[in-house]
Amino acid sequence: MATKSTLAFEPGWQYDPAPESTDHVSLRDSYGLFIDGEFTPAASGKTFETINPATQAPIASIAQAGSEDVDRAVAAARKAYDTVWSKMKPAERGKYVFRIARAIAERAREFAVVESMDGGKPIRESRDIDIPLASAHFFYYAGWADKLNYAFPGVNPKSLGVAGQVIPWNFPLLMAAWKLAPALAAGNTVVLKPAETTPLTALKLAELVADVGLPPGVVNIVTGAGDTGAALVRHPDLDKFAFTGSTAVGRDIMRTLAGTGTPYTLELGGKAANIVLEDAALDQAVEGIVNGIFFNQGHVCCAGSRLLVSEAIAEPLLDRLRTRIDTLIVGDPLDKNTDVGAINSEAQLARINEYIDIGRAEGAEIWQGGSDAPQSGYYCRPTLITGVAQSNRVVQEEIFGPVLTVQTFRTFDEAREKANNTPYGLSGGVWTDKGSRIFKMTGALRAGVVWANTFNKFDPTSPFGGYKESGMGREGGLHGLGAYLDLGMGAGA
Amino acid sequence: MSGERARLDVAKTYKLYIGGKFPRTESGRYESFERSDGAGAVNVCRASRKDFRNAVVAARGAVAGWSAASAYLRGQIIYRIAEMLEGRAAQFAAELHAEGVAEAAAMAQVEASVDRLIYYAGWSDKYTQVLSSVNPVASAHFNFSLPEPTGVVAAVLPQQPGLLGLVSVVVPAIVGGNTVVALASESHPLSAVSFAEVLHASDVPGGVINLLTGQRDELLSHMAGHMDVNALALCDVTADAGNAAEKAAAENFKRVRRFDNVDWSADASASPWHIEAFQEIKTTWHPVAN
Amino acid sequence: MSAAEPRQPDLARVTPVDTVGVEERVARFRSRSIKTASKVAGLKLALSMIDLTTLEGADTPGKVRQLCAKAQHLHERMPDLPTVAAVCVYPTMVSVARDALGDSGIEVASVATAFPSGQAPLSVKLDDTRMAVEAGAAEIDMVIARGAFLAGDYDTVFDEIVAVKTACGDAHLKVILETGELGSLDRVRQASMLAMAAGADFIKTSTGKIKPAATMPVTLTMLHAIRDHFLETGVQVGMKPAGGISVAKMALHYLVMLNETLGAKWMTPRWFRFGASSLANDVLMQLEKQATGRYQSPDYFSKD
Repeated sequence: MATKSTLAFEPGWQYDPAPESTDHVSLRDSYGLFIDGEFTPAASGKTFETINPATQAPIASIAQAGSEDVDRAVAAARKAYDTVWSKMKPAERGKYVFRIARAIAERAREFAVVESMDGGKPIRESRDIDIPLASAHFFYYAGWADKLNYAFPGVNPKSLGVAGQVIPWNFPLLMAAWKLAPALAAGNTVVLKPAETTPLTALKLAELVADVGLPPGVVNIVTGAGDTGAALVRHPDLDKFAFTGSTAVGRDIMRTLAGTGTPYTLELGGKAANIVLEDAALDQAVEGIVNGIFFNQGHVCCAGSRLLVSEAIAEPLLDRLRTRIDTLIVGDPLDKNTDVGAINSEAQLARINEYIDIGRAEGAEIWQGGSDAPQSGYYCRPTLITGVAQSNRVVQEEIFGPVLTVQTFRTFDEAREKANNTPYGLSGGVWTDKGSRIFKMTGALRAGVVWANTFNKFDPTSPFGGYKESGMGREGGLHGLGAYLDLGMGAGA
Repeated sequence: MSGERARLDVAKTYKLYIGGKFPRTESGRYESFERSDGAGAVNVCRASRKDFRNAVVAARGAVAGWSAASAYLRGQIIYRIAEMLEGRAAQFAAELHAEGVAEAAAMAQVEASVDRLIYYAGWSDKYTQVLSSVNPVASAHFNFSLPEPTGVVAAVLPQQPGLLGLVSVVVPAIVGGNTVVALASESHPLSAVSFAEVLHASDVPGGVINLLTGQRDELLSHMAGHMDVNALALCDVTADAGNAAEKAAAENFKRVRRFDNVDWSADASASPWHIEAFQEIKTTWHPVAN
Repeated sequence: MSAAEPRQPDLARVTPVDTVGVEERVARFRSRSIKTASKVAGLKLALSMIDLTTLEGADTPGKVRQLCAKAQHLHERMPDLPTVAAVCVYPTMVSVARDALGDSGIEVASVATAFPSGQAPLSVKLDDTRMAVEAGAAEIDMVIARGAFLAGDYDTVFDEIVAVKTACGDAHLKVILETGELGSLDRVRQASMLAMAAGADFIKTSTGKIKPAATMPVTLTMLHAIRDHFLETGVQVGMKPAGGISVAKMALHYLVMLNETLGAKWMTPRWFRFGASSLANDVLMQLEKQATGRYQSPDYFSKD
């Protein structure tokens, strides 16, 4: 044929705005710290604002916890552990956690709207993924509370005590659930610090745990930025620390906890390879690539940010990928049709754009697709970076945005080697129609979560966590439960 | 006893064990040990950081093959180590005695070491079943989690018991598919060197276990700082040295396990949790459909 | 477009399909929220794509004439409504429908080739086809030989389609795969490629006589096959899901899927049809609701 046939998506059938209603959401103008069952201001009286990244408008004023407040929160958690939570019958403890699960499900839509307002993620995701999974996580772990001896037979598992937990801004409520649910079910009390750009759903959760009657002090929530987290990790009265966030901060935490004997779990960064072999189900691979990197604007530690595609199918695959990306709707997070929402913060957008510039300066080709982004707010259109190699910074470093690098390979071994050629080891993907090859590649990837012919799937029963610089310990499933228990010599720390 | 000996003893040269070979330390340094059985002094290599570096290269090179060996084969090989050790029980007991261990205790330690090898040989094709899970996810996927070896483990072995401590720390790491670079007891190093000979006769591939003798103070910081070491097992190191090692380990997120004041003769000091200590859990998702 | 000799494709080389992935993609289409003006536009488009169908043993000329009347007068109270695309009947009813539709612009489509089983000799199938065309059918909906396909006898399936296409003359050929009998999406994609290579103008999911009939995963798989055929040959092929699409919301989901898979070139009745008997009234009820703000009752919409 003389000319290549192409599909056309413009002018297509354009969808009118379909905004999620917000009239059922109750938000206060200001939130204090949730300590010992009550909202209280920070000792210093300091506050900060949390803003809507889609509009740049402030939503609420949030108390900024200092070390005095952290002391108070840990003391409340200690008291609740000693006097109430560790003495409660495990089955009763479990029933409280079940209550939390059900209450989240009841208020799911409100939580979803607040999550999207505060963090910029599409309402479709907060509604269909974040909030239901958060509820399911509590429901799963609740049932473990009175079955610990069956989870770890022969070691008489015991709760650890007070857990300090610091979570990131990309899945605010879900990460709170990942941290709180196993900790509480295992019999620990908690001081949790949400991220400073996305504190609202954690604070709504504080209201919820008070509403369901959880004894005061079992869950304490202190808001603030890095200083607050640093005060928490340095607190001498913690029996467990859990962190999800950047590898750099994780390294600081590991150094801080060195020699303390405090067990810790770290969920850190990633630079996952998504490998498409020549016999893959191409259209589903395209979908998996899209879901792998544009889910939650690419603010996902396990994002499939490096596409490795067989040279034999690179051209048809990339054609289909670009076509698919062009149908993505970038825009208002509260619109039900939005596929790619707002970047979480101005700082993160700057960081992403800096990487795109680095890629361009390295001689790579930058392609951006999807609908036009709104004029105001923090947005980044889905981005492909082609013409790169392992040696490029954009291939090596975690960008944490909707930016996919594309590399080709010729053989299975070359794909495996490129996939593993990174200090990270959180996740990976492989696309092939051949069963034996699936098991060979999933076995060869040095990563804690491997998706075969799918990507970015999560479930409360499924352990999640990294190899190498992507962290240590697991969250989710039976293995995630063990991280909050003393299993006797050699098993815990 | 006549004062005239029929023949002169042939003394053993105590060397390092790296990559299935017995080199002397590249540094040429040694330390003298006075045998408590009156047989005179022996010289033991004082390994350098370069010896350690070479051992890590050997250990890394052995990871792919050893971790891919079948669980059955790893179990067979570890059982074979036990057989070889059993056959040389008298030699090891004498060597431990020469390091100051009472005779009865020395033989008991050798026997316990053989039994511990067999204990872990038996775990080889079982720990995966105990540490794995099939996870009933809510979507149409088959989802399972299983342990995989962390990689290269650097170990500072217990000062005492010299042989049983070595076996108790190193073997659970290798049964799980890791390879090890171990620094033997400073105070009781002789049986470690002899143990290398047992390994050498037991079908253990070169590089899977590498044994160094030398000074903890000198080598620990290099072990903790090496970027191609994935985990540290630190036995009875001082608080300061241990804490410094943990800090250094953060650079590449080594998994650090510290073992202080463990009674390695107790049954409770052996368990699948010692294998689990140097395993990573991998979760795999597969769609289920026709 | 060149009219090259049809060549049978190597079905072993057809792109594999992962069912779970297809279902996830379909769930995304279903989660689209179509509001206000875009909803009205979508509903009207859906209406214009309907092949209003009656395929019963009990069909009579009277029944077919009533259906043709409905096709031309969907809901007189509403101005600016399109008509349906075609009326779809058995060959014996084609002439009745042709007369009844007159110069309305609505086409007559006829099933043929021993519909719905296809269990007849080729000569009978070809006679069936010629008879329908001669009686005025502008579109022929044939069934493939599923038994032969499942037995791996692709030559028979392919050759039959080629022969029927020839028998159609100028009439458009829609090839029914009867996906409910094919067993997997891989087989659906292979059958789609085979049918298109043999000369299908449209590929169609189902006869409506087998459950499941049209589903979104099956239709998406066929749309992907159509895209592949188009990108490779430049030849545009139409798509017709049939059976089971009875409510407007479902039709909008299909249009979302079409819009985001094949795009603007296919968003017309020329290239996309719904084979349906009761869909039209539900679309009309939704249009009325959009216009008045009141939820509707079937009592206010004519049923033929």
